[in-house]
Amino acid sequence: MIKKMFAFILLMFMAIMFYALNSNITENKELFGVARSYAERGAGELGTQNIVTSIVVTYRGFDTLGEVSVLFIAATGVAVLLRRKEEEAPGKRSKRQSSEILQTGTKLLTPIIIMFGVYIFINGHLSPGGGFQGGAVIASAVLLLFLSDINYEINHSLFNIIESFSGAFYVVIGLLGLILLGANNFLDNRILPLGEFGAILSAGAIPVIYSLIGLKVGTELASIIDNMKRD
Amino acid sequence: MELQHGIIILMGLAMILSAILAMMVKDLISSVIAVGVVSLFASILYLLLQAPDVAMTEAAIGAGLSTLIFLYALHKTKDAEEEND
Repeated sequence: MIKKMFAFILLMFMAIMFYALNSNITENKELFGVARSYAERGAGELGTQNIVTSIVVTYRGFDTLGEVSVLFIAATGVAVLLRRKEEEAPGKRSKRQSSEILQTGTKLLTPIIIMFGVYIFINGHLSPGGGFQGGAVIASAVLLLFLSDINYEINHSLFNIIESFSGAFYVVIGLLGLILLGANNFLDNRILPLGEFGAILSAGAIPVIYSLIGLKVGTELASIIDNMKRD
Repeated sequence: MELQHGIIILMGLAMILSAILAMMVKDLISSVIAVGVVSLFASILYLLLQAPDVAMTEAAIGAGLSTLIFLYALHKTKDAEEEND
């Protein structure tokens, strides 16, 4: 009874807090401060059609590098915790087959899903989406392969090479900004020519950076799933 | 404008309902699915609120990958329980 009273009082307290918070909100009719500056400068300065991308990859590029590192550490942690035990006896692994519908559907859909993921991250500077989203879509295609065939194995060495290469190259591009454009330009996209506004190869290094992030996130999430799947 | 407000409120209510369902349901698999449904409604809500980038992330990671990782974890713990019996 006291417990329920306590929960009720806590809920009332939260309601009062949120009411106070909510009643102070007024809708902004225009952007202010740093948001306004980003919205005005993004397209002209960096040549990106999607303003979100110009913020995520260039103005706040360092945060994105941090996010990629966090994901990398998480994937490493999963791999350490769920480390593969020594090869179990063959025959034990093959459980039951998945259904015909799932197998055929997987064969049909996997290439299309991977292509869609690549499309998302290559078009990151033109349309919504980017490296993280595209990478997650690619990882879901790998997941579909795991679901349809219980004995399916990814090519671990290839995945590791892609992951480390794209991670290292991302940092190298960031350092190139420092070398070519001087201090304060870490992860600047203007190390490559900006190109024509709205074209696929425009906005300097952003398509390159987003492709690297997409590959890295995709392989990383796929290896997390691969580790989870092991018995 | 009025219609859109109605849809947004409906989506929010659906999110709250499926979140409550996730806690109340006894079967763990249904619970995981309900959590995925919360993410799915959240991603539609983000899309309606003009944030397509966030909506994509929510749909791919929240509704897709994390649901399946929960299912894998559930499967693993079930195996361990059977071994202990």
